[in-house]
Amino acid sequence: MTFRLGLLAKTLASSALALGIAGAAQAESFKVGIVTFLSGGAAESFGVPAWNGGKLLVEKLNKGEMPAPYDQVGFGGLTIEPVVIDEAGGATKQVQEFRNLVQRENVDAVLGYVSSGDCLAVPPVAEELKAFLILYDCGTPRVFEEASYNYVFRTAAHAAMDNISLAKYMTSRGINVGSFAGVNQDYAWGQDSWADFVASMGHLQPSAEQKTALFPKIFAGQYGTEISAVMREKPDVLHSSLWGGDLQAFMLQATARGLHKRMQVALAAGDHVIPQLGQKMPDGIILGARGMNGLAAKAKGGPLIDALWDEYEAAYGTFPVQAPFRMWQGLLGLKSAVEKAMAANGGKKPSAEELAAAMKGLTWEAPSGTITMALGGGHQAIQPNAIGTTKWDEAAGKMTLVDIEYYGAECVNPPDGVKAVEWIKAGFPGAKC
Amino acid sequence: MDLLLVILVDGLIYGAWLFIVSVGLTLVFGVLGILNLAHGSLYAMGAYMTASAVGLYFGAGGDAVPLGSYAVMILAAAVVALLVTPVLERGLLRHFYHRDEVIGVLVTYGVFLILEDVIKLIWGVEPLFVYEPYDLLGLVEWGPLFYVAYDFLVIGAAIVVGLAVWAFLNKTRRGKVVLAVIHDREMSQTMGVNVDRVFMLAFGAGVFLAALGGALTAPMISVSPGIGVNVIIVAFAVIIIGGLGSIEGAAIGAVLVGIARAASVHLMPEIELFIIYFVMAVVLVFRPEGLFVKTQTRKI
Repeated sequence: MTFRLGLLAKTLASSALALGIAGAAQAESFKVGIVTFLSGGAAESFGVPAWNGGKLLVEKLNKGEMPAPYDQVGFGGLTIEPVVIDEAGGATKQVQEFRNLVQRENVDAVLGYVSSGDCLAVPPVAEELKAFLILYDCGTPRVFEEASYNYVFRTAAHAAMDNISLAKYMTSRGINVGSFAGVNQDYAWGQDSWADFVASMGHLQPSAEQKTALFPKIFAGQYGTEISAVMREKPDVLHSSLWGGDLQAFMLQATARGLHKRMQVALAAGDHVIPQLGQKMPDGIILGARGMNGLAAKAKGGPLIDALWDEYEAAYGTFPVQAPFRMWQGLLGLKSAVEKAMAANGGKKPSAEELAAAMKGLTWEAPSGTITMALGGGHQAIQPNAIGTTKWDEAAGKMTLVDIEYYGAECVNPPDGVKAVEWIKAGFPGAKC
Repeated sequence: MDLLLVILVDGLIYGAWLFIVSVGLTLVFGVLGILNLAHGSLYAMGAYMTASAVGLYFGAGGDAVPLGSYAVMILAAAVVALLVTPVLERGLLRHFYHRDEVIGVLVTYGVFLILEDVIKLIWGVEPLFVYEPYDLLGLVEWGPLFYVAYDFLVIGAAIVVGLAVWAFLNKTRRGKVVLAVIHDREMSQTMGVNVDRVFMLAFGAGVFLAALGGALTAPMISVSPGIGVNVIIVAFAVIIIGGLGSIEGAAIGAVLVGIARAASVHLMPEIELFIIYFVMAVVLVFRPEGLFVKTQTRKI
């Protein structure tokens, strides 16, 4: 009897302890600083749709409405509490905002940054403060190619794969490129995109002649002269990594002048203007989405797409383009890291050190495919990519992508320790296609 | 030869647009002595008002008379001028006419920041499109190139605006009164000119011209937050080249910048961004007051 009473007492005690932990975990939250553009030129294309997608996912995670392996409520039972900050204002302001998030708001992690400038400025401060930071969107390869960090991770692939994939697509689709020209913005994104595309074409279609390379100012809005210059040169292919309002204005002005009928237009990151342009985005434009995102992801399908796509469309009146996909893969990566760290530390909210250890080299599933922290010593993600061609679906009254080609992450991303541009110049050694 | 003609046409198209977006700025400075940093926001408001109004026009059956959308664009610019002028000029700027020019710059910078948020409050952050007027007139084929006929309409609009402002100032009694105020505000007041009224009319004209610039640009761009920021920079370059307050100067400055930029894009694209400021620097070396401002004696 004594034994039985003892057993009962132990059982009750352990049950109470378990309930207590569960209760504490339910009451406890995981505070995430979210930094993305809510105003300014990059808001409408990237920042706002990204957080629209993020908000939807956080709500679903907090209700435990996502499919496995993300069916546990919040992050490991901890309610996700987002603190959203506008990224507008420049790198100096963002460094201060980051300090505020960590030191005043006491966030457990920060997930943010679309601008490459911010992605270069904030990581040293994260290291100084020993604060866990996920860069979720920006494209510059320099973050981990020129520095190494303990607490900083990027959950999206850098920009090199966008232009490598474009060049591979044209080659595999049998588009014989006699010559090509470019219209890219005059800052790091545009210059790097053009350099990666030129280097890739140099290997894949070495006989292709490089014609004019134009670099209008970001947010220029007027492209009449650039369009004349390109039409005079008559290249077979026009490459562009323009984005947002610049890409919308360029397409409106270029298609009105019939540029797309005289050459193949290839857009490195063009999917995100489809909802706004509708039929003004002509058929036959080759475009990427900086990963297997948007329409290409929908064509591939899967339970995570099924869980998010329709609800996003219903909530925001448009389909999710690339930006929400990168937000989703960042948040799901963070969830995976938190739960891995909690499994290792006995279910406590993980510290920045524990999160960093869990995130390093992590692999997880996202609506955009399998994400692996394979570069930068396990701090920089690689992911699959997809390129397709636009075609208006008259019956459905919406734009679709056809002739989509999917590229494995290790086909279009360099191996760890190799700079992207050097990898391209060496002819993609070790690429697994 | 073909290349030279292409440069000339591209330069004139860009120059015409530049003139329309900068003439209001130089007019306001000439009359009121205020360098209006909010000019870019007024341009943006013109673009937004046009996007809304033309959208409504086509939504209400405007397809039957599509050319009527051009009248709607002008009307939209006029509505912006009628709404904004009394609030800004009577409500704010008139309190700063006798203060240092720097104060005017700071005040209009504040107005610029406020208007950028007002635009977001009214129209939101989603882009607006109003491309129907851009396609209406068809294409003009020229060798390997196709131009949108709308671009030539912008050149025509710039010529009409330039001539109308010039004729008003030089050929009408009211215009001569404005010139008198520009020349000597105090003497004009002494002679019975209602200077306050002249200021309001001139500012209203400046707002209308800024909004008209936005209205004419709206069909070829995505109308979204921040479109006015770059405009103010190039508009300043143009009026500094031409001479602050000079209408003729703005015209010559716009054409110079337009052709220089077109030449650089076609011949040496790597200097495209630099060329506008190079032209400005060269002009200022030889004419520190700009091309069309005579050196003035200073009243003590």
